[in-house]
Parts: sequence; C-alpha cells; structure tokens
Amino acid sequence: MTMIVEASAVKPANLKADHLAQDQSTTTTVGEISSPNPRMVCRDINVWYNNNHAIKHVSLDIGKNEVIAMIGPSGCGKSTFLRCLNRMNDTIPAARVEGSITLDGQEIQDKGIDVVPLRARVGMVFQKPNPFPKSIYENIAYGPRIHGLTNSRAELDELVETSLQRAGLWKEVKDRLDAPGTGLSGGQQQRLCIARTLSVSPEVILMDEPCSALDPIATAIIEDLIDELRQQYTIAIVTHSMQQAARVSQRTAYFHLGDLVEVGTTDDIFNQPKHKLTEDYITGRFG
Amino acid sequence: MTNTATTGGARRSPQAIVEASLKRRYAAERRFRLLGAGAVALGLGFVLILFISIVSKGYTAFFQSYIELPVTFDAELIDPQGVLREGGLDETEIAQQLRSVNFLKLARDALRAEFPAVSGRTQRRELDALLSPGAPLQLRRMVTSDAAVIGTEQSVRLLADDDVDMFMKGRATPISRLDGAGVLTLEGDLEKIGGELVVRVTDDGLLPLLERARARLHDQADRLERQQAGLQRSRDAQTARLEQGGLGAEQTAEAEREAARNARDIARLETKIQALRAEAEGSDALLLGADAPSFLLRIKDGLIKLLALEASAARAELLVPPVSTAPAEAGTWETLELSIPEGARRLTDQQLAWVLRLQHEGLLSKRFNVPFFTNGTSREPELAGIAGAVLGSFYTLLLTLLFSFPIAVGAALYLEEFAPKNRITDLIEVNINNLAAVPSIVFGLLGLAVFINFFGVPRSTPLVAAMVLTLMTLPTIIIASRAALKSVPPSIREAALGVGASPLQTRLHHVLPLALPGMMTGTIIGMAQALGESAPLLMIGMIAFIVDIPQGFTDPATVLPVQIFLWADSPERGFVERTSAAIMVLLAFLIVMNLTAVLLRRRFERRW
Amino acid sequence: MSPSLLLFIILAAMALAYHLGRKRAIGVAGGLKKINRLHSLPAYYGFYAALWVGLPTLLLLLFWAGLQDHILTALTLAELPAETMANLSEGQLSLLVSDIRNLASGNLMGREPSAEVEVAAAHYLRLQGIANITLWTLVGAMALAGMAWAWQRTTPSFRARNRVESIVMILLILFSSIAILTTLGILLSVLFESIRFFQKVPWTEFLFGTQWSPQIALRAEQVGASGAFGAIPLFTGTLLVSFIAMLLAVPVGLLSAVYLAEYAPRAVRTWAKPVLEILAGIPTVVYGFFAALTVAPFMRGLGESVGLDIASESALAAGLVMGIMIIPFVSSLSEDVINAVPQSLRDGSYALGATQSETIRRVIFPAALPGIVGGVLLAVSRAIGETMIVVMAAGLAANLTANPFESVTTVTVQIVTLLTGDQEFDSAKTLAAFALGLTLFVVTLILNVIALHIVRKYREQYD
Repeated sequence: MTMIVEASAVKPANLKADHLAQDQSTTTTVGEISSPNPRMVCRDINVWYNNNHAIKHVSLDIGKNEVIAMIGPSGCGKSTFLRCLNRMNDTIPAARVEGSITLDGQEIQDKGIDVVPLRARVGMVFQKPNPFPKSIYENIAYGPRIHGLTNSRAELDELVETSLQRAGLWKEVKDRLDAPGTGLSGGQQQRLCIARTLSVSPEVILMDEPCSALDPIATAIIEDLIDELRQQYTIAIVTHSMQQAARVSQRTAYFHLGDLVEVGTTDDIFNQPKHKLTEDYITGRFG
Repeated sequence: MTNTATTGGARRSPQAIVEASLKRRYAAERRFRLLGAGAVALGLGFVLILFISIVSKGYTAFFQSYIELPVTFDAELIDPQGVLREGGLDETEIAQQLRSVNFLKLARDALRAEFPAVSGRTQRRELDALLSPGAPLQLRRMVTSDAAVIGTEQSVRLLADDDVDMFMKGRATPISRLDGAGVLTLEGDLEKIGGELVVRVTDDGLLPLLERARARLHDQADRLERQQAGLQRSRDAQTARLEQGGLGAEQTAEAEREAARNARDIARLETKIQALRAEAEGSDALLLGADAPSFLLRIKDGLIKLLALEASAARAELLVPPVSTAPAEAGTWETLELSIPEGARRLTDQQLAWVLRLQHEGLLSKRFNVPFFTNGTSREPELAGIAGAVLGSFYTLLLTLLFSFPIAVGAALYLEEFAPKNRITDLIEVNINNLAAVPSIVFGLLGLAVFINFFGVPRSTPLVAAMVLTLMTLPTIIIASRAALKSVPPSIREAALGVGASPLQTRLHHVLPLALPGMMTGTIIGMAQALGESAPLLMIGMIAFIVDIPQGFTDPATVLPVQIFLWADSPERGFVERTSAAIMVLLAFLIVMNLTAVLLRRRFERRW
Repeated sequence: MSPSLLLFIILAAMALAYHLGRKRAIGVAGGLKKINRLHSLPAYYGFYAALWVGLPTLLLLLFWAGLQDHILTALTLAELPAETMANLSEGQLSLLVSDIRNLASGNLMGREPSAEVEVAAAHYLRLQGIANITLWTLVGAMALAGMAWAWQRTTPSFRARNRVESIVMILLILFSSIAILTTLGILLSVLFESIRFFQKVPWTEFLFGTQWSPQIALRAEQVGASGAFGAIPLFTGTLLVSFIAMLLAVPVGLLSAVYLAEYAPRAVRTWAKPVLEILAGIPTVVYGFFAALTVAPFMRGLGESVGLDIASESALAAGLVMGIMIIPFVSSLSEDVINAVPQSLRDGSYALGATQSETIRRVIFPAALPGIVGGVLLAVSRAIGETMIVVMAAGLAANLTANPFESVTTVTVQIVTLLTGDQEFDSAKTLAAFALGLTLFVVTLILNVIALHIVRKYREQYD
C-alpha cells in the first residue's frame, strides 16, 4: 500500500520572515511513513536553527523492534531529526522544534514533558565515542546510579555485567573494569557507550552515525550488535553509509535538504527507489 | 513494555523507578542551581559592599570646611618698610621679606575678633585650634601673589582644622535637636565664658531631657551587661575545661589566672552597672559627667552646657553668651544632644559651641576641596592632597610604558614569529608564564638588590619604580602580544613573503599593524596593573614621606597606591575620608583604562 | 649636564645620522632616479648609519651611568686620611658617603658638615666634572666614528637592509631574553643576600625555629643583639591566612564559574561576568584598606556580640578579604576549564537522562578536575605572595597559632617590615628579609610550575 502524505500546508505560527516561507517543502514524502506497530509517531516536525529551517514538515513512524535507517547527503537534517526523538535539541539554545512526537502514544514535545525519564527511555549513541573520563565500570554504572535503578552493589555489579555482555564487550574488559574507559580502542569505546545506554533499559536507541569514527572491523562488530539488539529494542540509526543501512535496517528513510523524500522497506529503497532524488543518491550520482 | 528490568523479573520497571526518583532529583537540581546563583550573588554583593563602603567613607573628602573671616593685613606687621608695596621684587626676595612675618597671629586675631568674650590662655588656645595650621600659609600666599592686600581688610576663607571638618561632615558626633517647651530663664553672669548659671524652665520643661539622659544611662548599663555576659560565658567555658581536667600544670595555672582575671572584670563591671542604674533611678539632680552625652541649650544665639539636670531647673555652664538676658518663650530655645560624650571626642563642648555659633552665622561652610587635587601630602589631613602622588604615578607609568611596550612587542615578535622551537625558547616560554605568577613583592626585592644597591639607581624615584614595574608587567604584555600575533592568519604572511618582502619586513609592515590593537589592549591592562601596584614599590623607597610634588623622573616621589597605604596607616580621623577619596580617584583611573582596553578590543576585533 | 640631556642629544644625532646616511646612499647611487642601483632602499642606509651612531654611544652612556658613582666614591674615599677610614664601621662609612654626596649635590643637611667631608665633597665635585667632560668627549668621538664608518661603507652593492635586519633581530633576541635575565636576577639577588644571612643565622634555626623577633643591633657587643629568626610562626601565619582565603574563594569561585558557564541566562552572564572581574582589577591596597577599616571592625563587633574575642588585626579578616580578591581569579580559571570539557561528554550524560546538576557534578567536575586543581594551585600561590592585604590587616605579632581570631603575621608582612625602616643593609634583619624572599620565591615557583604544567596537560587532553 502506498500512501502519499502531503506535506502539511500549515505554516508554523511564529514563522516571521516571508523568505522563510519559501523554504516550505514543495516535495511530498513518497512511501509508507506509518508503521503497523509504531513505537514512536512523528507528525509534521519542523526544526529551526535561528532562522535556518533545518527540518521541514517531516512525518515518520518508528516501529517496534525494527531498525530504521536514516540516510541522505550531509547536512540533510537526518541527525537533527534523530535528536528530536529524545529532545537532545533542547541542549542547543538556538534550536526550535515544532510538531508532534509520541512515544507509546504519549506526546513528548509538550513543554511540560520531563526530558529526564524520556531520555531514560530513548537512549542515544553518538557519532564519536564519548566515554566519560572514568573507569569502565563507572561509565556503565553512571546511568543506573543517577536514576537509582539498583539497590545494592551486587545488583549494580550484575547490571554492569549484563549491559557489557549485551554490548558484546564483557569478555574483553571483564578483567579490567577499573581501567579508564578512555583507554579502550575506538570500537570498544563505542560499544562501551552502547552498553552505557543499555544500562538504563531504554525502549528506543538512537544511533547517530555510530561507526563513522571506526575502522571496518570495529564497524562489522557494531553492525552485528545492532542486529542482535533489534530483538529487544527499537533502533533508529543515522548513517552516511548506504551499505550499512542496507546491512542493518529493515526500513530506510531518505532525507534531502531537510525534507523526508522517501520511506520504505530497505529492500524497496535500494532496489526500486520511487523518487528521482532517492534514485540519484542510491546510484551514487551525488552524496 | 518490551524490556522490563534487566535483573529479577518481579521488580518495578526502570521507567517506574525513574519516575519515582524525579522529585528528589529535581529538588537537588534546584538546590544546586540556587547554590550557583548564590555564589554569583555573593561575589556581586562583595563588589557592591566594597564600593559602597569606600564611597560612603570617601565622598565627603571632596568638600572641605572653611571659616570665612575678615582678616586685617596689618602693614606694620607684614611690610614695615613698604618694600613689598613698592613692587619689583622676585619670588625669592618676597619670600625673604616674608620669612619672619607672623601670619599665624593674623589668622588667630581674625578668629578671636569673632569671639571677644574669650579670655585666658586655655580658652584662647582652644579657640585657635579651630583653625588649620595651613591658614597662615594661605595668608602668606595671598600677600605673595598680590602685595596690594597689605594694609587692607579682606574677607578670607581660612581652612578649618580637620577636627572641625570632621564635625561639619557629621563624623565627630551625631546631633539630635529637641524643641524647648516652657519659658526659660537664665540666672547668673551672662558675660563670663565658663561661668556657672542656673537655668529655670516653667511647666517641667526639662523633663523630656531628663528622661532622655536617664535612658542613655540605662543604655550604657545595658551595654556593660552584654559585655559582662560575654565574659561570663568565656569564664564558664574555662571552668568547664578546668573541671574536665587533663591539662598540664602550666596550662592549668594559665587557665586559672585567666579565670581569676575574668572574675575580677565581671565584678568591676557589676559595680559600674549598679552605679549607672542608681544614678538613672535616683531622685537627685542628674549629673552629666564627661562620659555622658552632652546637652547644649541654644538660646538667643548663645550656647549653654547643662551640668546637672532636674525637671524644672538645671545647673549649666556658659559657652557662648546670648545676645539678650530676657526669658525665652517656649519654642524660641532648643536643646542639642551630642550623643558621643565629651571625653571621647576630639573637640570639647566649648569648641563645638564656637563651631555651632560660626555655622549659625554662616561663616563656617563646606566648599569644593580644591587643595585635595593640588597639594602634595601633609601630616595634616586638611592640607593633604593627591597631586604629588598622581604626578608620581604619571611619571612612573609613562616610563614603564616607554620601557615595557617596545621590549614586550620585540620579545613577542621574536618568540612568536622567528624563534626556532627548541629547548631555549621553551625555557623562555615557561619562564614568562612563571614570571606572570611570581609574587610582586619579589620584584621589589630584585629592584632593591640589583637596581638600587648594585647599579646605584636613585631610590624613591619614578625611574627605579618604572624599572621594577616594567619587569613585573612584561610577562602580561608579552603574553597578550603573542596572542595578538597568533590571531593574524598565516595567509597574510604568505602574501607578503610572496611579493618578495623579507621576513622582517613581512612582520613589521603587515603582521604587526594587524596585531597592534591586541597588543595595545594587553599593554593597557598591564599599565592598569602597574598603576595599582604597591607592594614592590614599598621595597624601593617609595614610602618616604615626600611633600614636594615631583618635577621629573629622578625626583623623589611616591605613587597613588602607596600614598593610599600611607594615609590608611595614619591615625587621624580625617585621613580615613581622604584615603577613601584617593581610592576613588585611583579606581576612576583604572576604570577608564580598562574601559579603553575593552573599547579598543571591540573596535578592532576582527574575525578572520 | 644630566644623562637625560645627553640621551636627547644622542637621539637627535641618530636622526641626523639617518638623514645623512640616506642622502649619502642617494648620492652614491647617482641621484633619486637611479636608486634602483642600490642594493637596499636608501632608508636602510640611513638606519644603518643611525644604528652605528646610536648603539655604541647609548651602551656607553648606560655603563657610565651605572658605574660613575661607584668609581667616583671609591676615588674620593681613597683621598681621605687613612686614619679616619680605619676607624669607621661599615654603617658610619655609608653615612659618610651619603653626607659627601649630599653636600656635593647641594642638598641641605641638618647639621654642619665637618671639614673632612667638605674637602671630600669638593674633591668629589671636581672628579664629577672631569668625568662629565670625559663622557661628552667620548660620546662625541664615538658618534663621529660611527658616522664615518657608515659613510664609508655606503656603496651601491652594500647590503644595508640585511645588516639592519640582523641588528634588529639581535635586539629582538635580547628583548626575549629579558624574561630569563629577570628570573636569574631575582634568584641571584635573593640567593646572595640569603647566603650572607645564613652565615649569620644557621638555616636550621631559620626553617625550624619557632621564635621570630628580629631586633636591631645598636651595638655589636650588645647582649641578645642578634634576635631570633625562627620562621615557623611566619609560615604557619601565611598558611592560615591563605587557607581562610581559599576556604572562601574556592567554593564561591567554583560555584559561580559553574553557574556562569552552565546555568546563567545570557543577560546575566554578560553583566555578571565583567562586574565580578572588577574584583580582579581592584588594587590590593584597596582591599587592604577595606580589610583594615571595614571588615576587621565588623568582625570584631560580630565577635563581641556573640561573646568571641576577635583581635582587631585578625587572620580571619585578612583571609576573608584575600578570599574576596581571589574569587574572580578562581572563577575565571575554572570557567575556562569547564568550557574546555567537550560538549560530547555533556551530551552523553544528558542522553542517559541525567539532570543538569548530575551532569555537572558527576561528569563535568571529574573531567575538569585536573584543570581546576591547577587553577586552585595558582590561586594558592597568589594568596601566599599577596602582600598589601596582610600588611594592612594581619598585623606584626608572630604568633604560632591556628586560631583565626588571633593576629598572625606572614612572610610578606615581615619582608615589608624588615625592609622599610632606615637601617644598614648588612644587618641580619635586612638580610633575613631576603631569606624570606627566597623561601617565598621558591615555594611559589614550585606551585606555579606544577600548576602551569597541570593546566597545560589538561588543555592538550581536550584540544
């Protein structure tokens, strides 16, 4: 079933300058934006950085237990969109987000919504591994500690171990949990960051180009890990590598200059793109 | 929920736990934020308190009390031969002529003429003390600049003594007024100053005064009781410690001695308190001693001091004779209460009465304090000015600038642009950073040992001060200049080298002009630092007492911050306001300099 | 005929030499139109001439000004009768010298000069006249020689620019080395005097003695003239005052840095930061005045009202005011350090659902800790070396106490006290000041080196 959703004609209420109105998307998203079993539902998302319209009228569902990949040329807004999903854009003073995003049916865009529990439910892994300058153990224990998830040292130990195991790092570091996290290799650091995210038991994990700073071997390990994690978590991954998107995701969304151009199953997007821009990108004419 | 707790199936979900922790965590968040805001507020509060404390102490120094008196420039006294009036003398000759003239007598005579009833040496000396020792100098200066005043009578504003000045500025004693009720009659000799009088007032008109005086006695007793309570507390603590034991023999003896001393003090205070209360409650006339507040009656332009007080009568002493002896109706007389007792004041009641009288006649008034800006320092607060110190600071700063700017720019240019990266330049770099953090007083030691004792540079001069300050400010300016050079993009250098300029030409013609605003900003900041510095200058003799205003780089001089230090050390009350005022002037200079630096930075700030 | 007049004349001669050199270059080139025959622009030949005239004469002037007095004094004293000289102590000698100089320069003296001094002064004046004439002649001759040399060297092929540039480069190198010379000068001057001090007082007594009462020895044979030079009370006093200062400055400075860097709205930051920095620009003598006249009486009153006996010159008042002075120092250093913590660490923490204060306390602080420690060490070094506040508010009593309500004295206070009286330079008392200065310099140097090293390493970590 193909449903074409018109990009909303509703203009953001506080859009001041006329020239900004010209930014308004003229394209429509091709493909099925909704999911039969959605975890997160985004409708008509707009993001501005000061006067720069970075995301234009994007609507997209993220289904349970799926890996959705977001691809597109750099500067297309895919990372910005990802950061909307756990409201990390709040940390950028210049950013302004409009539209509706729900998590399990609950609106998260409202002013009154608390970002702390939201971020505990929607975890995030960043482009560059960013372990805290603490020991491996403390890196993992940080989340559970601040949220008070465990009641005893034994429980915490266990949680740290499970998290590391799930991230596939346990075997490599179990003998040096007290060593600094920054001393690990790049790929290990990134898995440490994934383990850190898992430690607070999120429902959704957002990954912002998690392998772009890593070598091919480390990348392969992380991609396998993503596939495994799909059993338990919903994963949205931004990547600049089309091969990676093809390898790890079930659905793929193609962004172009702030527009969501096309969404579909990964197979469809890569084998029979419907939109000209998508096709050009997939076939390597730009990007 | 696809993913419940990672361990133990039966527990609450992580989401629930997170939700439950929120309240506590947000409270902690608010507390932390408040703590931060509190710290900033505290810092800002300190700035405010500092400025308020200095301005409130110092603003009065910009005004000075003068007594305006008709002075007779007696020709017989000043110029018996008429040489001066003939004219044609140069400055030194005039000074020679005037050397032995007693201008002090002229000034004193003028004041005495205002109070003809004053008699006797003691009283006269008290009266003379109202004039500043600078008053005769004023008269001498008048004659020097214009011989025509000789033989005439001129109205001259003579400098008042600093004690008078302090009283005029409300810093000697608070005064409260009380309108008189009832008809007041004076009995006794109304001509003789210091003579005893009897005051009678109808309708118990002195009762309000009596009550006030009694209240003061109680206040005093209360204060002593508080003091006693403090002593009692510390004694209790000592007793407790002694009872606890475990002290060495020496400590025990010491503690016992102290306890005994405390006990004696407590008993002594007790007697005093009893006496005060008894005096306050007693039915006899209330005696107003030297440690009680003074009550002065102002009646018909005269002033009378109360000695013993009852509801309808009082014993009193005549300070300034009234113009008429007729009874005074209610409302035509008033009482002035000087709450600081006479014994704790620099001016006696008699002197204050004269001051009040002069003030009443409009002869004593405050005017803008010009001498503060034109005089050198002095032992007398009312004569002390900042001109010498400001000029000393100016000479010092000028030399410092001349020394440090070229050296710093040259050093920065070499280190940033030409120096090879090796051990030696690394050492220089570490060295410069270190020197920036060396205590300034150490530079003073260097100046004393090397510049003064070894090279024989004259001490106490702007020259040696500038040499020391140059070394001290160099690191600051070098660091700023290097940063400025660093911010000039390499493309400029490449462009200049590309058209065939030599490396040095490239730097001098292209890089340096672009970096100059940054260097100047750094230099101004360094100069501000030098202007405020005093510790190293103490070492090199800048604290000598120098009255003369310096005329050059090798004249003995002091600088503004050191002048502030010296004045702050002076016991006279009048120096407190002058110190604060000098600080205000110094801060004004510093603010102007720093603002210039900020504006310069704004104006020339360039983003590449 | 003062040195400054001569200085001006030399500067004028340099300007003239520049002009002549330039003219000469144009001349040898054969006129303005042919100046491209020259290797360098004519101005460089001018500079070359000016440098040859100026540099040697200026150097001569500098040496002359430094040495003339020493030499003249020595010559004058050599003329004095031997028996007079033999009876003089060092102190009397320096008095005699200053008498002679005063008389020679025409200053008034309080007392009638002795015949000997008058003769010596006349001799001194005569020598001074000779010296002056010699100097002027020498300067004139050197300037002419320099000019002649430059004149003769000026040929079209002469590489004037390169010559001038290498001289300028040497000057720049000299300027750069002043920093090292300063450090060396400080070290040597305090070291020499300290060694002389330790010849009079054993260093063990100085470093470990607990009695400090430097007295002036009026006569050498006087009993107990040497005084006691145990510096422990000064060290503890310094530490006590610095400790109180840090107790105020570190938490307040750090917390305001955190607030300004992480929480404050833009408007607050733009205003609060410069206002706080005013505190850093206020001269220390102003703080000293504030401590002595506002804070100390306030503390005393406060103490009285709760039954505490606080000295009017207490360590507390001095320490608190010093703390106020150091707040902006700690705050701006910490803010730099906190801002240097990469945003990615903050993002990582926020993405886990941490609140802002949790992020600050558990991620940013630990990450910034080395930098903050470095900053605090620099602040400690500043507190230890601070002079005016303690001179004006801490007092002179060398009490060995940890009670902040009592009066203590510090190393810097004693240096100032020992060196600001009128005394001869060789007494143990003045030398003691240099020993204290040496201690101060070494301690702050160590602190600074460690702190700067930590801060540098920290910066490199996140660059």
